[in-house]
Amino acid sequence: MPESTQTTRPTRRTFTLASLSVAALATASACAESERDASRGGESSSSGGSQVDTFVFGGSADPDSLDPTFASDGETFRVSRQIFEGLVSTEPGTTELAPGLATKWEASEDGLSYTFTLQEGVTFSNGKPFDAAAVVANFERWYDLRGLAQGEDLAYYYRSIFRGFKTNDDPALTTSLYAGSTANPDGTVTVNLTTPFAGFLASLTLPAFAMQETAAVEAGGGNGTDGSDPRQSAYATSGPVGTGPFVFSAWERGQQLTLKRNDTYWGEKAKVATAIVRFISDGTARRQALQNGDIDGYDLVAPADVATLEGADFQIQNRPAFNILYLGINQAAPGLGDVKVRQAIAHAIDKDAVVRNSLPEGTKAATQFMPDNVIGYNPDVTTYAYDPDQAKTLLAEAGQPNLTVKFNYPTGVSRPYMPNPETIYKAISSQLTAVGITITPVAEQWNPNYLGTVQGGADHGVHLLGWTGDYNDPDNFIGVFFGAQTNEWGFNDAGLFDALAKARTVTSEDAQQTAYEDINEQIMTLLPGIPIASPVPSLAFAPGVDGYTASPVQDEVWNLVTVSRDS
Amino acid sequence: MLTLIVRRLGLLVLVLFGLSILLFAWVRALPGDPARALLGEKATPAGIAEITARYGFDRPVWEQYLTYLGRLVRGDFGASINTGEPVLSTFAQRFPATIELSVAALLLAVVVGIPLGYLAARRRGGLLDNLAVGGSLLGVVVPVFFLAVLLKYVLSIWLGWFPTSGRQDARIDATHVTGFYVLDGLLTREWDASWDALLHLVLPALALGSIPLAIIVRITRASVLEVLSDDHVRTARAKGLARGVISRRHVLRNALLPVSTTLGLQAGALLSGAVLTETVFSINGIGSYLFDAVNQLDYPVLQGFILFIALVYALVNLLVDVSYGLIDPRVRVS
Repeated sequence: MPESTQTTRPTRRTFTLASLSVAALATASACAESERDASRGGESSSSGGSQVDTFVFGGSADPDSLDPTFASDGETFRVSRQIFEGLVSTEPGTTELAPGLATKWEASEDGLSYTFTLQEGVTFSNGKPFDAAAVVANFERWYDLRGLAQGEDLAYYYRSIFRGFKTNDDPALTTSLYAGSTANPDGTVTVNLTTPFAGFLASLTLPAFAMQETAAVEAGGGNGTDGSDPRQSAYATSGPVGTGPFVFSAWERGQQLTLKRNDTYWGEKAKVATAIVRFISDGTARRQALQNGDIDGYDLVAPADVATLEGADFQIQNRPAFNILYLGINQAAPGLGDVKVRQAIAHAIDKDAVVRNSLPEGTKAATQFMPDNVIGYNPDVTTYAYDPDQAKTLLAEAGQPNLTVKFNYPTGVSRPYMPNPETIYKAISSQLTAVGITITPVAEQWNPNYLGTVQGGADHGVHLLGWTGDYNDPDNFIGVFFGAQTNEWGFNDAGLFDALAKARTVTSEDAQQTAYEDINEQIMTLLPGIPIASPVPSLAFAPGVDGYTASPVQDEVWNLVTVSRDS
Repeated sequence: MLTLIVRRLGLLVLVLFGLSILLFAWVRALPGDPARALLGEKATPAGIAEITARYGFDRPVWEQYLTYLGRLVRGDFGASINTGEPVLSTFAQRFPATIELSVAALLLAVVVGIPLGYLAARRRGGLLDNLAVGGSLLGVVVPVFFLAVLLKYVLSIWLGWFPTSGRQDARIDATHVTGFYVLDGLLTREWDASWDALLHLVLPALALGSIPLAIIVRITRASVLEVLSDDHVRTARAKGLARGVISRRHVLRNALLPVSTTLGLQAGALLSGAVLTETVFSINGIGSYLFDAVNQLDYPVLQGFILFIALVYALVNLLVDVSYGLIDPRVRVS
């Protein structure tokens, strides 16, 4: 038996890695044609350094797909915003609504129908015209999504805003907000709703509701009608068609996504011929890539890096805060159901000190559960000034002079509203300890379990969490937090839940303002938690980058961006 | 020989089957709820319920496993919970980056390690020997992660010699044929693309190769020392053979046998080291993808990728066993 020699296990040698490469070489040689774009321009010189025709931006992850209908994350939307446009846009750098593909709009008295006048002369990047019929086709497409496409992790925004589809596959869904739409003979388009929804126009600024060329979507299998995942369709991985200033060029997963200028763009054409999003998940690595010139700018700058970069002549842009960091209080936990205890906690916290010592420069302390640029912000809301003595008195009155609470906080995470949870925790817990509250710290990794603990179950006391707004609608802040009874807050207040449900259906912005001002007051009297601050997120750019406007709702389109280099 | 291969492959199927059970249990034992990890702050109870029901996470584990196994048998490895990417094609897409990095690290370890180990042994007790022994100790002791950060800081940020991350400059318009970037540039005659990919490989390869390099230096040195004192070498010297012939034919050839054993075993270490190296240098191989999958509790990806890695490792070792005869004539004879 010749193989018996194997039992002695002589020495071995690895050929595999080499042989694999050889195999790869063999398969490759058949099709090794350079696909380089011969027309690719180099650099054109202009005053003050040479103009470069490529803009490289550092993002933190791949987009989920190229079809924003099935996304709810910033990295997907960052790319979507270059390729697609919605009917409604925002004024650069603000949360205010501005014309997008619709030049104007009109709502009916009852708030049940909206008529949009469309921008003329717009075509999709495949040459098809953008018109009223195209708008109707988009609304019908979303309404008619089926099966997997309706999933919470896919058509997230359609689910949460329209609340139902033509055919609901999940019993949790209800009658859709969408009642139908018509392309009018005069070229306008009317969208009808089943109930009034105050946040309708603002929600249309989300890339999830951007206008796509529905024939291309259909042809590319982008609706997942065969039961497959629409994010993996040809349309969503390589063939998106929109009206935006850039068109999709290439996507190298895990590495970068390349966009090319849309030369038929109806608005101001992109200044750079190529825009690239480079995916670098680690924040320090993003900073180093900028310092090394590998990228021209990046998002989610760690507060600790701001000074380093500024000192080295990099540009720092602060994005107007559109988020809220809060200390959540679980009223189901022992002692915390008493409003006096919650007031005591509120008085014990010195928000200004937390902001000064633990949050980025430019951050404002918060008085309510939304930043001041959201409709319904109440400048006269009840506040709880920093007053440790008052806190002690309240605790004594509540019969809880020796209160012990669990303090849950996450580790290993940096969110725009909470760049450094550990530091924030330390600041707040020492303030609570100072008024005689005994803290039992419960630190947990953000991934995988922090949210499960503070939102999924009842076993938590006070906790750090927050929210970044998606569009300018108060319902997107306090409606999310306090719209129903949850494990996170552990209270049941039918009055508040009803008020929020009702406010969602008011028909004008003025009515919205009044309704939500009242609700904010109602919330701050109930005091379900302590709003802490709205930390300012930062972006960083190389010295030669110009024309980038940071937006509170991240509506950042790169058509005006220019890059120049010294050498 | 054929019987051996068939037997080993049969055994491999059994091993993979057993591993699939262990893996299945293991990923489900990780703390946290994948539905919540997926939805983040946006999670609503209804949303969690929908995702949980869709993936069958509410079913008994054995039932989930049988469903999984049923699909596995049909070649369906499932799709990422996070992005819906099919596990099988994602692995195929990501693997070249990891191979390229591992090969570079291994090449570095071999090209530098073997001569260094040999010379250290020949000049035993000399300065070079002491440096090699001390340096290799350092190589094993310093964590890959720390070394990666240090290399990056000194050679990229400070001196600006090498790029900080990725596999190729973002601005290079390179054609990708095989997924092995250095090779792609050569095949398409985009020389600058190859050169750039090579520059991107240097630091990660140094970081990942540090441990195999240190081990190879040590093994080579020890092995050469041992062979040098063997009878056959003394005989060869006594016969008056030329020094070069003794070195090549009688010392190195015998001394390299244990070294090649080590190389085979290092394949596994390289794959695990790649997780850290790829993450630090933003390289889109299987390591960084696996890292994200752990964070996201992406069960199908974890199960599939680890199974593939085990398969690759087992196949490497099978090939190594099969190829014994090629380097060691004594095996052929018997």
